[in-house]
Amino acid sequence: MVQNIIDVRNLSKSFDISSKEPGLKGTIKHFFRRQTKSLKVIKDISFEIKEGEIVGFLGANGAGKTTILKMLCGLIYPSEGSILVSGYIPFRRKENFLKNITLIMGQKQQLIWDLPPIESFYLNASIYDLDKFEAKKRIKKLSEMLEIDEELFIPVRKLSLGQRMKSELLAALIHEPNILFLDEPTLGLDINAQRNLRKFLQKYNKETNATICLTSHYMKDITSLCKRVICVHEGAISYDGKLDLLLKKLSPVKEILIVCRSEEDAIKLEKSGFTVKNKIKNEITIKIENNSITSSLKTILNNFDIEDLFINEPPIDEVIGKVLIKKDYDI
Amino acid sequence: MIFNLINRKIFTLLKVQYSNMLEYRVEIALWAISGIIPFFMLNIWTNNNLNESINISDIMLSRYFLCAFFVRQFSVVWVVFSFEEDSLMGKVSPYLIQPLNPFFRYFAQHLAEQITRFPFALIIAFFFFIFNPESLWIPNLGILLLSIVSTFLSFLIQFLIQSIVACLCFWTEKASSIERLLFIPTLFLSGLLAPVVSFPAYVKSWIYLTPFPYLIDFPANLLSGNETNISGGLIMQILWIFLLFPLFKKIWSAGTKKYTAMGS
Repeated sequence: MVQNIIDVRNLSKSFDISSKEPGLKGTIKHFFRRQTKSLKVIKDISFEIKEGEIVGFLGANGAGKTTILKMLCGLIYPSEGSILVSGYIPFRRKENFLKNITLIMGQKQQLIWDLPPIESFYLNASIYDLDKFEAKKRIKKLSEMLEIDEELFIPVRKLSLGQRMKSELLAALIHEPNILFLDEPTLGLDINAQRNLRKFLQKYNKETNATICLTSHYMKDITSLCKRVICVHEGAISYDGKLDLLLKKLSPVKEILIVCRSEEDAIKLEKSGFTVKNKIKNEITIKIENNSITSSLKTILNNFDIEDLFINEPPIDEVIGKVLIKKDYDI
Repeated sequence: MIFNLINRKIFTLLKVQYSNMLEYRVEIALWAISGIIPFFMLNIWTNNNLNESINISDIMLSRYFLCAFFVRQFSVVWVVFSFEEDSLMGKVSPYLIQPLNPFFRYFAQHLAEQITRFPFALIIAFFFFIFNPESLWIPNLGILLLSIVSTFLSFLIQFLIQSIVACLCFWTEKASSIERLLFIPTLFLSGLLAPVVSFPAYVKSWIYLTPFPYLIDFPANLLSGNETNISGGLIMQILWIFLLFPLFKKIWSAGTKKYTAMGS
């Protein structure tokens, strides 16, 4: 049986936020008497993540995804509730815990700007108590996986964003962590760099059985990497489950564009009881529920003279977008 | 075993930070030159014969200010500014989840900078002796070693004071403004502008209870051969380190609980 590697119970986090009225009066008032209020950004959430799972955290800006990741990796202190990651309380930042995890934040760097990445790699290797031989071996392996070579010896400031991100990943993975916290790792990368990064993460997960917690606004990252998603809405979990179930629930119908041999066939099809979205000459678009696609298509192909047909999936961004603005999804 | 590991980490940190500092060699040369304030003070003191009132000869005074320049070169600390910037830019976050306290990075950064600074400081000293040949002296080995130790202890005291102030970044984003409050007493009471011996007796007795005279005055007097209580000075330096270190640990521990990881 696969063990839970992350166990979160009734977790909450509040921040003290100071507010200021606009204008000079507000500024003077703010100077003499600051008004602060406690804002609960994470509200009593609970979930578990199993070893080797890749879980995507979805939510609008400010929903609390990054705050959750920061608490999971021990960067910030929870206000209420408990977290156990790999058997450790993250915030205590025990050495063995820190050697087990990594956090990668898109566009935030730990590499030394004026030196080639290789210097940062060796530095990280010594911080994680790796000897030179082992460090060399891991740098070689990871650089092959990430397809970087000459870039290792070029000052970071001269690398492209994609090359830099790959180097950041290498620096963050040199100690071979079991748990990866990735906060928008593909932010700002071009399509090819995004694809390569996703490929790398899949491979890393497969080879090491590492657990990956990921936030991203690029739906392709989520759909190609995560089987399970946790949707966060205003600090609370609105959905926790399989991604394909969520997609089915959110888009229960598919649109099918049917090109008939003649306009008469299209008219016949229009009157046959299917839900028609539109009809232009011999082309007709109908909506069919996901669970009756096969039988409906069989009926259409057997009874009408069809030249061609196209099944259109609704755009994933549009579907997921619905989750980000809704409080609850009971599947 | 533990010491070996720490040493290896520190050694690698030093190596990497030294490579980094060499990228900024021009800036470091300029910083070294910008530290010549003791020479201006020497000029003011000798031109106005102020040293007569404290019974220090011109030669001893010029040696004192040269030593003050050297001590300052190897004990200057800017960790509060580095930490504040890193904290505001969200760079502290990746350091916090590594099994090494981020202040070790800053510590290594400072040491590496001192190593890079050393040749420039020597060149400035060389020119000082060209213009003041009568001030040339060679301290005996024992005094030289004690002065190096004392300068390092002075660096540690300043590093700890600034690290404590830097930790206030966890509560207020602009901890460097608090550091400004310390700048004035450091400037006047450390011996950078005037040897502490020149202060009135009742002020001196108070000054010696603070850490400031042990930052420049004591190591500079020690190296220049001026009369000073060597064991007393070293004990006070060590005492201040023993007092400041637990305070730093406490404020660090409380501060990280307040950390909000803003900017990341």
